[in-house]
Amino acid sequence: MTDNSTIIKLTAAEIAAKIASGELTAVQVTEAHLARIDAVDEKVHAFLHVDREGALAQARAVDAKKAAGEKLGPLAGVPLALKDIFTTQDMPTTVGSKILEGWIPPYDATLTRKLKAADVVILGKTNMDEFAMGSSTENSAYGPTGNPWDLTRIPGGSGGGSSAALASYEAPLAIGTDTGGSIRQPAAVTGTVGVKPTYGGVSRYGMVAFSSSLDQGGPCARTVLDAALLHEVIAGHDPMDSTSIDAPVPPVVEAALGGSVEGMRVGVVKQFAGEGYQAGVVQRFNESVELLKSLGATVVELDCPSFDLALSAYYLIAPSECSSNLARFDAMRYGLRVGDDGTRSAEDVTALTREAGFGDEVKRRVILGTYALSSGYYDAYYGSAQKVRTLITQDFEKAFEKVDVIVSPTTPTTAFPIGERADDPMAMYLADLCTIPTNLAGNSAMSLPCGLAPEDGLPVGLQIIAPAMKDDRLYKVGAAVEAAFVEKWGHPLLEEAPSL
Amino acid sequence: MTVTDLVSYEDALASYDPVMGLEVHVELGTKTKMFCGCSTELKQDANSQTCPVCLGLPGALPVVNEIGVESAIKIGLALNCEIAEWCRFARKNYFYPDMPKNFQTSQYDEPIAYNGYLDVQLEDGEIFRVQIERAHMEEDTGKSTHVGGATGRIQGASHSLLDYNRAGIPLIEIVTKPIEGAGARAPEVAKAYVAELRELIKALGVSEARMEMGQMRCDVNLSLRPNGTETFGTRSETKNVNSLRSVERAARFEIQRHAAVLSSGGTIVQETRHFHEEDGSTTAGRIKDNAEDYRYFPEPDLVPVAPAREWVEELRRGLPELPRLRRKRLKEEWGVSEHDMQSILNAGAVDLIVATTDAGAPSDQARKWWMGELARNANETGRGLDALPITPVQVARVAELVTSGDLNDKLARQVIEGVLAGEGDPDTVVEKRGLKVVSDEGALSTAVDEAIAANAAIADKIRGGKVAAAGALVGAVMKATRGQADAARVRELILEKLGVEG
Repeated sequence: MTDNSTIIKLTAAEIAAKIASGELTAVQVTEAHLARIDAVDEKVHAFLHVDREGALAQARAVDAKKAAGEKLGPLAGVPLALKDIFTTQDMPTTVGSKILEGWIPPYDATLTRKLKAADVVILGKTNMDEFAMGSSTENSAYGPTGNPWDLTRIPGGSGGGSSAALASYEAPLAIGTDTGGSIRQPAAVTGTVGVKPTYGGVSRYGMVAFSSSLDQGGPCARTVLDAALLHEVIAGHDPMDSTSIDAPVPPVVEAALGGSVEGMRVGVVKQFAGEGYQAGVVQRFNESVELLKSLGATVVELDCPSFDLALSAYYLIAPSECSSNLARFDAMRYGLRVGDDGTRSAEDVTALTREAGFGDEVKRRVILGTYALSSGYYDAYYGSAQKVRTLITQDFEKAFEKVDVIVSPTTPTTAFPIGERADDPMAMYLADLCTIPTNLAGNSAMSLPCGLAPEDGLPVGLQIIAPAMKDDRLYKVGAAVEAAFVEKWGHPLLEEAPSL
Repeated sequence: MTVTDLVSYEDALASYDPVMGLEVHVELGTKTKMFCGCSTELKQDANSQTCPVCLGLPGALPVVNEIGVESAIKIGLALNCEIAEWCRFARKNYFYPDMPKNFQTSQYDEPIAYNGYLDVQLEDGEIFRVQIERAHMEEDTGKSTHVGGATGRIQGASHSLLDYNRAGIPLIEIVTKPIEGAGARAPEVAKAYVAELRELIKALGVSEARMEMGQMRCDVNLSLRPNGTETFGTRSETKNVNSLRSVERAARFEIQRHAAVLSSGGTIVQETRHFHEEDGSTTAGRIKDNAEDYRYFPEPDLVPVAPAREWVEELRRGLPELPRLRRKRLKEEWGVSEHDMQSILNAGAVDLIVATTDAGAPSDQARKWWMGELARNANETGRGLDALPITPVQVARVAELVTSGDLNDKLARQVIEGVLAGEGDPDTVVEKRGLKVVSDEGALSTAVDEAIAANAAIADKIRGGKVAAAGALVGAVMKATRGQADAARVRELILEKLGVEG
């Protein structure tokens, strides 16, 4: 009999194997994680909603399948924490916003459907910056999430709930969404693994939109292989999403099982360095580059001048699209409605509802985007940003003629204290300096742990970037780096986190 | 009703030259909506034909209806437009409760079709070329019903009901270039254009284009400039003018109204106008001061539409004969005048007559019934010809019975009346009502004998050579046979029996 404290530290692959072999039941595994949530989530606040009954019912169904001798999928019975941005028919979907408090969607997102079809056990919905706007999860209308490494620090954002759930062993798998780094930066600051698949690789149907041309759902886990197993379940063409790519899913699991960088060309972009990068982050990154060389990779320095403009372009495109995407929250059909006392006009009720229902960061971006799209300003702002986007895509194309993957620090600093940047949007935006170019170009990237910064003992993330639809390269390189680091450290990095 | 100053139409035209722009929205007859799989069937329970996509629920995404794109291309080709090799949808951002996403998915600077023209024929046969600016794809909004007020408008209403069944139904918006040079005939051109466009849409099979059902809606933009000048005046935009007659009246009213304002030294306000069917007037709506900013940008949720050239050419090859050319051909085949052809068109009878001749009826018979008896019935019952419960095949059968002598015209009218009354197909009605012409020579001969015996004096006159008197005997026989005899045959028999040459 395996006890709960052992179960929660298993990887997803191990859990699936033990359920398949009969060593563990899915109900046991689910109960262990629910118990862990009960024990620590008051402190961590990774979850906005825990679906105890639904999770156990799903687990029982898996056990029944197993008992009936049915073949189980590769993640059957494995618990997962779902970012509260995907619609779920049986759970509220708030997107971290008061404006959708209590809303239970009448439909499941494609990703939700795929998870259910794969017999993954959805434990609940995780906390996030409101509408995925932020890098710290402090913008959630439901309170911040603590970083399991140091609960006074941010777990990254917007997907801080998902990364914290992994790092606190509340779930072995989680789902995030990445518009400018919301999967990768939380992974980096919590010592976990997160992947932003190629744009169009994972269906966006049922994923509440922030910035349609940048948003991409993806897998979060504690190991590269677990991320690959989850990637394979959620990816693939969806006829309900016209931007979803109609091509086979890259062989990510195969790549994760065959980690190697032997003979690969790895690029280091000179623009991903300089002012604002914490010394310990730079140190761990440089060591990672040395490690790659020692594993047989050739390192090539790259110049991608347009990357310097990425943050500016991003903060025009994302707010522009969000100003339109969020227009539907008008109190007419669902969600919050304020001031409807029978005397007010629809417009007044909408205004009062938005005033009460949207947080400051959301309002800031809606106003910014509305302005950027206005007639007379469109060309200067939205139009120019789109040109920069093209240049960034071209820089990547040129770079990938010379290299197979690019590496960089995932984020310039380790987890900062809750409250430190809350009133300084520009400082907050800089957290996504290295992750944003990938969203603008639409290619794929991963963050995985590469050590602790000596000065604060907090995790540092290594970002690996691959061309579009070459997501498998992330896993091939990631698995090699992970194996080498674990061998060097003698254990996974997360073992060094203080116990909660 | 506000009293609007008008000058006479003739006075208006004596000083001013009208310039028009016509914007026509056509609801496509696709089975499903533009961006989701919901049915487009009309008149269903409110909000019964909705899903997360057309309700704009958080997370839902649109997917383009291929048939919608195909229909747009067909319309573009039929309007002699260029078809874009690559174009995108755009979001038109504005707020209204019946628009679920608070933006309309439309097209902006990259329409699917552009730079075309449509030749329209005026009443006197003159052809007027209307230049087409563009035809683009978009989605319809939901429908608001304002309850509790006197006017049905939002002002004064206590609450509003929202029905999203219409939200997401595909629309094609067809925009003309400024129509210049029509002069006094501008209202007629407007009407002829919308009529021709409607025929074209129907011929393409992309929509039934019923204006009374809102499947085709027209906005009439109109401005005046002093005769002999080039610069356009300020325009008014009369919205939702929903019949051919109204299009003509709205243009005419606006010409008279603009002229009154301008000639008294006033300026035209750029605004929308509401058209009123009851008196043909327009009243002010929203002011449009160009400050309206829809913040258009390319729709990021949809991939660009890039119709392959081979496909476009295939669609071009499949285009039907254009209505105006078809009418010209039919006019010649049927040997009717321009005026008659116009009446047939106005009555909506062209296709019905063609279908009737296709079913075997001679064209004169087909025309006679559709434009006579049936048109009268449609008129009296306030229905369109195509809404009458009689099919072209049934009309052709009636014509056949007349040709074969089984029915005469009077009986045929009764048969049609029976079919319209739901008594069955023509043969059933003939059977049930006993309407067959009496062609039994024995029975007829007896009836003639009886009539001669009963009218000896008249019979004598006929014997004496006064052949014209035979009419009275024919009448008597027809009366006796309740009209079911062939009058010509009766006459023959009478003369034969009285030994007189006819």
